[in-house]
Amino acid sequence: MHELSLAGGILRLIEQTRERDPFERVTHVTLEVGALSGVEVESLRFALQAIAPDTCLAGAEIEIQEPPAQAWCLPCGQSVPILQRLDLCPQCGSAQLQPTSGTELRLVDLQVI
Amino acid sequence: MCVVCGCSATGAIEGSAPVLTPQTGDLHFGAGTARVSVPGMSQERAIKLEADVLGANKLVANQNRTHFASHGVTAYNLVSSPGSGKTTLLCATIEALKQRAPQVRLAVIEGDQQTSHDADRIRATGVPAIQVNTGKGCHLDAPMVAAAFARLDLHAHSHGHPHAHPHTHTHTHGESHDPHHPHDDLHAHPHDHDHTHPHDHAHPAPEALLFIENVGNLVCPAMWDLGERAKVAILSVTEGEDKPLKYPDMFAAAKLMVLTKTDLLPHLNFDMARCKAYARRVNPGIEIIELSANTGEGMQTWLDWLLDAPVQDAKATPPTALQDRIQQLEAELAQLKALQT
Repeated sequence: MHELSLAGGILRLIEQTRERDPFERVTHVTLEVGALSGVEVESLRFALQAIAPDTCLAGAEIEIQEPPAQAWCLPCGQSVPILQRLDLCPQCGSAQLQPTSGTELRLVDLQVI
Repeated sequence: MCVVCGCSATGAIEGSAPVLTPQTGDLHFGAGTARVSVPGMSQERAIKLEADVLGANKLVANQNRTHFASHGVTAYNLVSSPGSGKTTLLCATIEALKQRAPQVRLAVIEGDQQTSHDADRIRATGVPAIQVNTGKGCHLDAPMVAAAFARLDLHAHSHGHPHAHPHTHTHTHGESHDPHHPHDDLHAHPHDHDHTHPHDHAHPAPEALLFIENVGNLVCPAMWDLGERAKVAILSVTEGEDKPLKYPDMFAAAKLMVLTKTDLLPHLNFDMARCKAYARRVNPGIEIIELSANTGEGMQTWLDWLLDAPVQDAKATPPTALQDRIQQLEAELAQLKALQT
């Protein structure tokens, strides 16, 4: 449900960029949604498409990258990739994992004309 | 707009509507003004941004944090599902705090989609409350809290008396005060660092507490920093012990979990130990308090937690969290060593 507010935030960021560095419209936007960011990727895509008409985002291709999160596994003593908070360590199966990254939600780049 | 998928059945993209080729049905998005060559504007190009989408909110949240600190306010963001008893707990907390710490000023920001019922309940206790209705919104954000805080007495009070509350650690060393040993009271008890001794210097009691009651929702509010010292997740025992697993983001974001309505436990099949284990699985460092606002059981522990909190200070919090983590890791190491020998 909060994906609509996030889409609004993304559009604001793009419009601010456009004020600094004028362009006509966006053809391609790349977003990065961390596995632990709490964002439903398809909802975010839907929300962006819903607010795009009449903005510089209209017709833009939306690319959403979903890098895995990293967690520190206590038994293994090393960083391991996880896809959600309840995942077990892929190497030893332990639940003693402390997430160290994966909550980021970033606007990576724009392709504009 | 198509109800099923949200696609635009008609030319909803008016401003830069695509041009339709009637024969083939092809759409040409670049046929409008975009193709016009404008001086100073290049053709297709890439702009690297690497920008945090929640950056604007975080900026305001950090302004709130500074603002709260300068007014001596410690803010808590209370999150839960609807019906967990947030407002009942708040009313009981306010009454108990009035008895126990009457010098601490209190205020509440109430977030709901509609109505001012909750703010009315708080105002009935005599504490100022601002209702923030989010309309269709599912969470409070930092600008909403900034706007609400500006209307609260906590804010006005301190602006009226800008120097009313400097830090109050005045040492009375008597007539024989030796300037070369200004802190001999500390050196006299070098190892007495347990909690039986009030640490007035390290943990001055908060001058004011601001409770921000978020919209009842265990999903969205997890992502929005409001400038609070901590998120407090409230879970009533009528809800089922697996909520921390079902909504891990929220319990991972919270510093404290408060289990409410414990007076109902005899009538329920709520597995307390399992609930705590689930919460610690998503957040190993989470603190847990059980209480009943109805019977008052556990309320003192909750008040201790609220009042023992250091004044919101960006510099003071990370080392404490780090020390806790080090202690936790050292304990785990000791356990492992014990197992090996």
